[in-house]
Amino acid sequence: MKPALTARQAGLLSCHVCGQLAQAPLEAGQSMRCPRCAAPLHQRKPASINTTWALLVAAALLYLPANLLPIMVTSSPVNHQVDTIMSGVIFLWRDGQWPLALVVFFASVVVPLLKILALVYLTASVQMRSRHRVMQRARLYRVVEFVGRWSMLDIYVITLLVALVQFRGLATVDAGPAAVAFGAVIVLTMFAALTFDPRLIWDPLTDSESADHD
Amino acid sequence: MPADSPNPPAPLVACHECDLLQHDVPIAPGETVCCVRCGAELARNPPDSLDRTLAYTLTAAILYVLANAFPLIGLELQGRYAEVTLFAAVRNLWHIGMQPVSALVFVTAQLFPLLEMLMILLVLVPLRLGRRSPRLIPFFRLVLSVRPWGMMEVFLLGMLVSLVKLAHSGSVILGTAFWATATLILILTLAGRAFDRRVLWRMSHPEGA
Repeated sequence: MKPALTARQAGLLSCHVCGQLAQAPLEAGQSMRCPRCAAPLHQRKPASINTTWALLVAAALLYLPANLLPIMVTSSPVNHQVDTIMSGVIFLWRDGQWPLALVVFFASVVVPLLKILALVYLTASVQMRSRHRVMQRARLYRVVEFVGRWSMLDIYVITLLVALVQFRGLATVDAGPAAVAFGAVIVLTMFAALTFDPRLIWDPLTDSESADHD
Repeated sequence: MPADSPNPPAPLVACHECDLLQHDVPIAPGETVCCVRCGAELARNPPDSLDRTLAYTLTAAILYVLANAFPLIGLELQGRYAEVTLFAAVRNLWHIGMQPVSALVFVTAQLFPLLEMLMILLVLVPLRLGRRSPRLIPFFRLVLSVRPWGMMEVFLLGMLVSLVKLAHSGSVILGTAFWATATLILILTLAGRAFDRRVLWRMSHPEGA
């Protein structure tokens, strides 16, 4: 079987934006732009592992206030209800609206947590140059990339409810501090997924063949 | 007889997910080419791409105006009535001290989807009129970097969840903008599927190299 050849082994850079291949500069560390679309060219995303770690740590820290602080405050003449993300889900569930409770639970609780855990696993395995389950990890990355955006759900719900339900004396809805933390978690994890370079998952496979040479 | 002849000088592509070099094979209309190693989608050839993308994007632009000019949802509660447009909701968040969240909603549900549509039109309309404008290519890079941040489809789901929550407290009226947004997301999906970004990159090589 002919060994697989990557662009890096062939001394080529492929543009992250348009896919154009270009000859890598002879001197390492030289910066270069894509001849076709003028995007900066890199062999791999620069400082991918460190940047992803930093974003993940920040996201994990903010995940706590996002889930512990109140996200929504509902007031009416008869009650004053302070909800965290989870208590909002439980309220919906007890109310018999379990399909909705499940949607919110997955989008707001499960997806951000799994996304952080999955990216931690991917970044750690890449850092340790693991050669196990390469295909599964490549698939996991695709899922993480696709599913992360749906966490914005709760942010939009709050935006609409807070704007709409402002009937003084009857019912009002206000946003709590968790909304800011939660928004930050989403933005940080999206950046973490963007800075992670999936090619690093595959690199150990081809490095073994050329490790002696460079 | 030589077992393996040297590679023909066919153009190569590298997979954007695993970096494997492979031949840039011609793609039949309607077909998709995936990486032989990791299965990532390398390129598609949607039939009639330019015309369809333009038609869908123009439609989407009109729907976008409707989705933002009219109220999304109205709520009636014991004789009192309130309705809200997307921008009013964003502005409201800003004024109650939630500036970061307000900015996030504005950018993901309003600004970036708009920028994406405008930039696609700006690049494709001259192309359709037979004018190559390679200088627009760096500009188009912006479209691609903005893409992951447009989240209108999530916003639609957010509206649906809000509706169910509100149905509790009063009678809910679906506004014009609600239907416009729902249609807009359908059209944007179709536009995304019809769009072949290779058209743009080819612009820079008039000889078709």
